[in-house]
Amino acid sequence: MASEGAMSVHQGAVSDESQEIFVASQWRLMWWRFKRHRLAVVSAIILIGFYMVAAFAEFLATADPAYHTEKFHYLRPQPIRFFDEGRFRPHVNGLKGFRDPDTFKKDYEVLPDEKIPVHFFVEGFEYRLLGLFPANRHLLGIAPDVPLEVRPSIYLLGSDDIGRDAWSRLMIATRISLSIGLIGVAMSFFLGIVLGGISGYYGGVWDLSIQRLIEILRSIPAIPLWMALAAAVPRDWSALRVYFAITVIVSVIGWTELARVVRGRFLSLREDDFVTAARLIGVPEMRIIFRHMLTSFTSHIIAAISLAIPGMIIAETALSFLGLGLRAPAVSWGVMLQQAQNAQTVALYPWLMFVAVPVIIAILAFNFMGDGLRDAADPYSS
Amino acid sequence: MLGFMGRRALLGAVTIFAISIISFVVIQLPEGDWIDNYVLQLEMAGDPVSIDEAEALRSQYGLDRPLYVQYWKWIRRMASLEFGYSYYLEVPVKQILFERFPYQIMLAGVTIIFTWLFAIPIGIYSAVRKRSLGDYTFTFLGFTGLAVPDFLLALILMYISFAYFGQTVGGLFSREYLTAEWSWPRVWDLIKHLWIPTVVLGTAGTASLIRIMRNNLLDELPKPYVLTAMSKGLPLWWAIMKYPVRVALNPLVSTIGYLLPALIGGSIIVSVVLGLPTLGPVMLRALLEQDMYLAGTIVLLLGALTVVGTLISDILLIVIDPRIRVVGAD
Repeated sequence: MASEGAMSVHQGAVSDESQEIFVASQWRLMWWRFKRHRLAVVSAIILIGFYMVAAFAEFLATADPAYHTEKFHYLRPQPIRFFDEGRFRPHVNGLKGFRDPDTFKKDYEVLPDEKIPVHFFVEGFEYRLLGLFPANRHLLGIAPDVPLEVRPSIYLLGSDDIGRDAWSRLMIATRISLSIGLIGVAMSFFLGIVLGGISGYYGGVWDLSIQRLIEILRSIPAIPLWMALAAAVPRDWSALRVYFAITVIVSVIGWTELARVVRGRFLSLREDDFVTAARLIGVPEMRIIFRHMLTSFTSHIIAAISLAIPGMIIAETALSFLGLGLRAPAVSWGVMLQQAQNAQTVALYPWLMFVAVPVIIAILAFNFMGDGLRDAADPYSS
Repeated sequence: MLGFMGRRALLGAVTIFAISIISFVVIQLPEGDWIDNYVLQLEMAGDPVSIDEAEALRSQYGLDRPLYVQYWKWIRRMASLEFGYSYYLEVPVKQILFERFPYQIMLAGVTIIFTWLFAIPIGIYSAVRKRSLGDYTFTFLGFTGLAVPDFLLALILMYISFAYFGQTVGGLFSREYLTAEWSWPRVWDLIKHLWIPTVVLGTAGTASLIRIMRNNLLDELPKPYVLTAMSKGLPLWWAIMKYPVRVALNPLVSTIGYLLPALIGGSIIVSVVLGLPTLGPVMLRALLEQDMYLAGTIVLLLGALTVVGTLISDILLIVIDPRIRVVGAD
């Protein structure tokens, strides 16, 4: 590509700007293309934010996500008040629980005079930062000298049926749900590259049998298959094993799409001059596949991957939501949504539905970013 | 043409056979069987069952035979439309299908009508007024509709309908009409309940159909015959509706075979959320209770529908559009 550019430069009368385009590398061209897709860039930034949350989930949690207390169950989201009589003194108001005499529903009265201070970089429950370094600092939290009975958390997003802090749980859930997407896609990617590669490079019987397998897998309706497989996960497995089982299940169908993309690319590249040249000078086959062919369509694979992730996140969320996926004590978006499963809860405690917001934003962002990447993967198209 | 259809039908049959094996194996995967669940239930009810009794039950239902024997018996009965007995609902699977499948088909049918009713005009508009504010708005809405999972949309609509209209959603009938005889008020009640599942199930399909319609029409609009029609003085809308729209509709018509099974598969989770009397909720329960005849029948039925639907789509596409030539046919 660069040599083509150099040739054009010799023809003279080329502006500085287009000269820059002629000598730009493929990746630079793609970056320029990607930048033009505003929505994709914004989505990429949002997704980086999401994965930062996933990485520093405990730091952002305001309370121990497992801590529960009957005293504060089904609590509405509570605002932090940053100013107190004109001074910057972040605090939350105290609460007094009571039963509605008519409906017997538990409700809370805000005590305007009882002010519980909120601190930044406060000491709280112990955790391991990035899974490595022991730490106990949190971005925001109730001062450690306030006893748990008085106020265990800020309750930015309210609390659930047994009084766990929804915000802190959401932070941990974000990590689990987003990582299932990544690991699931990595697994699909591996299967897709290997089987799609064999299919496209060797052709013949291999191609035929792998294509039939893909066709059969794709014609099985995904949701019933996922449900049936997830229902087969033994009830007594540990949370970690269930997590991996669900990841495998959501990639059962995902790999077929990637294999299709890889196969198509291999088929079109197989007869290309540079592959023939490499073969003629005696480059080993594995090296041709991995060093020459795969690298030439990496960008397409990246685009296909980022478009495959949201499907996996939805699959996990849906399965957990139905009670077939991850199970307590694991927390994922789907596990949290499970509490909002019936109309009554949704009507009485609408804040339990808030989890839907990050789910939708993440899925939209992945789709828009994938769309932008797909356009950018082929920077020569108009 | 016939050769092509024959080959596709053969491939379809092989696929259905493969699906039947996969669904049977997958449903057998959980440890233990329905008898274990049943024994546990009886024990919890204070009626302990001896191991001998459990074994007797097992051999009575043929659950002690090797897997391939069970599969063979099952698939032979399936072929003669004998679907077996649901252990946990304690009725024949056939009866459950009879009760629920009509609602399933009705829901899918209404959704398809909804989808086309919205997608085709919007698609035409978006193509003709390309890059207008309306086009961008529909594009964005379409993307959102595609991305938001159905069951979340169902939850959100459920909340809106409760919080702003004071209507509890769930099911297809109000309580007073649940078991009533068919009558006009009951039909009206059904229609009032039907809109939420229809919107929920139809949104994603509408979004993708808008895109397809828009792209198809955009391919047709610059063609000379459109220009000819307009230069002959045909009014713009007439010139568009009479020729290019008809061409652009072709691929759309062929998707109908594919749409139906996709809708039925997609409705499973939504049906659980909204408590619809369709196959979804029973399938979930059947999977959890290891009620293998019921779960197996539903999974196989959905798989077969998908295969047949795809087959119909492929054939329709060729029948409708004579320009498409089958490689290797004739």
